[in-house]
Amino acid sequence: MTARPMPTFEGFRRPDGRVGVRNHLLVVPTVICSSVVSERVAAAVAPIGTALPHTAGCGQLGPDMQLTHETLAAYCAHPNVGAVIVMALGCEQVVAQHLAEAARAAGKRAHILAIQSEGGTIRATEKAIALARELAAELERAPREVCDVSELILSVKCGGSDYTSGLASNPALGRVADRLVDLGGAAVLGEVAEIMGAEHLLAARAPNADTAVRLLRVINRVESEAMALGLDIRGTQPSPGNIRGGLTTIEEKSLGATHKGGERTPLADVVPYSARITRKGLTVMDTPGLDVESVTGMVGGGAQAVVFTTGLGTPTGNPIAPVIKITGNARTAVSMRDNIDLDVSGVLDARETLDEAAARLFDEVIAVCSGRQTAAERLAFREFAIHRRNPTI
Amino acid sequence: MTPTNPVIVISAGDNVATALEALEPGRALGRDAGAVVVRDAIPRGHKVALARIPPGAAVIKYGSSIGVATEEILPGAHVHTHNVSSARGRGDLAAARAQPASAGRLAEPDNGRDA
Repeated sequence: MTARPMPTFEGFRRPDGRVGVRNHLLVVPTVICSSVVSERVAAAVAPIGTALPHTAGCGQLGPDMQLTHETLAAYCAHPNVGAVIVMALGCEQVVAQHLAEAARAAGKRAHILAIQSEGGTIRATEKAIALARELAAELERAPREVCDVSELILSVKCGGSDYTSGLASNPALGRVADRLVDLGGAAVLGEVAEIMGAEHLLAARAPNADTAVRLLRVINRVESEAMALGLDIRGTQPSPGNIRGGLTTIEEKSLGATHKGGERTPLADVVPYSARITRKGLTVMDTPGLDVESVTGMVGGGAQAVVFTTGLGTPTGNPIAPVIKITGNARTAVSMRDNIDLDVSGVLDARETLDEAAARLFDEVIAVCSGRQTAAERLAFREFAIHRRNPTI
Repeated sequence: MTPTNPVIVISAGDNVATALEALEPGRALGRDAGAVVVRDAIPRGHKVALARIPPGAAVIKYGSSIGVATEEILPGAHVHTHNVSSARGRGDLAAARAQPASAGRLAEPDNGRDA
């Protein structure tokens, strides 16, 4: 690689020591019932205001209820968030105070408004918008400061994969992950079903047997769950689009997909969905392959930015973290140009090397972390979906 | 990989290559692809066999197994879901062993685009 940039970016240093790459006002509904009000409040101060509309918060049993709480709390404490408004209904399971406390413990201002106590949705919305304007004005004045890239946790993700993903975009992203970790940063890889068939390569990078065993245990669980349904996972993994794009089996998809976690970075940790990422190096998070649920979990774990490789093209964004789209498919780079940030298709026709593509991607990550808008941000794609494992009651 | 070569062999020891453009039967591949002559039409992004793969043998790409051949695959043949089977997550096989009458598969959705 030539002309390496200085390994710093312009971010927001938080009272708890973490560093953000955005300074959002987060409007968090405790429950599906306050989701629409939350979206209206956030829209009044967009794009600094952003909501977490979701379909959970009530009717959930133990583990799912806990996951909903933990994920929402993780977003309230996230370094890309500068202040929080919790929109409650009043009779739900999720505890508004718990979410506000998560934000305050991270040194952020947090307020709770409950629709039933405020006298209905019109009054609650008006009061929340007035508060949102005040908070947003404060956040807009906050300056960015120089931060070291070692503060970054980069989520690596792929979706709408085709044959170019394993040949160009994923290996380019893997080189960026390796370089970030060399500089003291961290990367997180989810979608454990898409490690199936490539787990031997990742397990070999674990520094000790315990970490390798934890990886294999998570993958065995996912495979057992698929087996227990008595189905061939083909058609789901790989997806119909993957198969048309030339991917034949989950093993082939996984071998291509796992490249995005780097070629040599040690496997530092294996964590549950949305759990805080605390180790430098590569963490594997137990998320499903479904794009939005996966990105939601990795950002909940503390990733400040996401690099999302795609062969066929996809709109996916996130409410609080920039999602950078790269493709190795020259046709997709043109046909889906509204949604693509970086074209690395030159790798496949020898217009550039993988190292050159990786250097451009690294520069793009730094620029986006310093404030450059991604395609998904420009188009206001802010999908959010909390993983659930059990039925709603 | 050279610009004139229409396929890429990712790892030494792979028995398939990936077509970087659509290949017609009769097309001769380069020396680094084993001087194989293409037998079937291969869509762009799909795989072509570089060697004979007997039924039950591993199909190797990225230097690792991506599944097993379900029939004899000849050099130059299209390698895809019609002649390769995944060895992972096959609850259908476990269910078939438990109850031999297998259910029909759903048609794969098209959703209006060619890959």
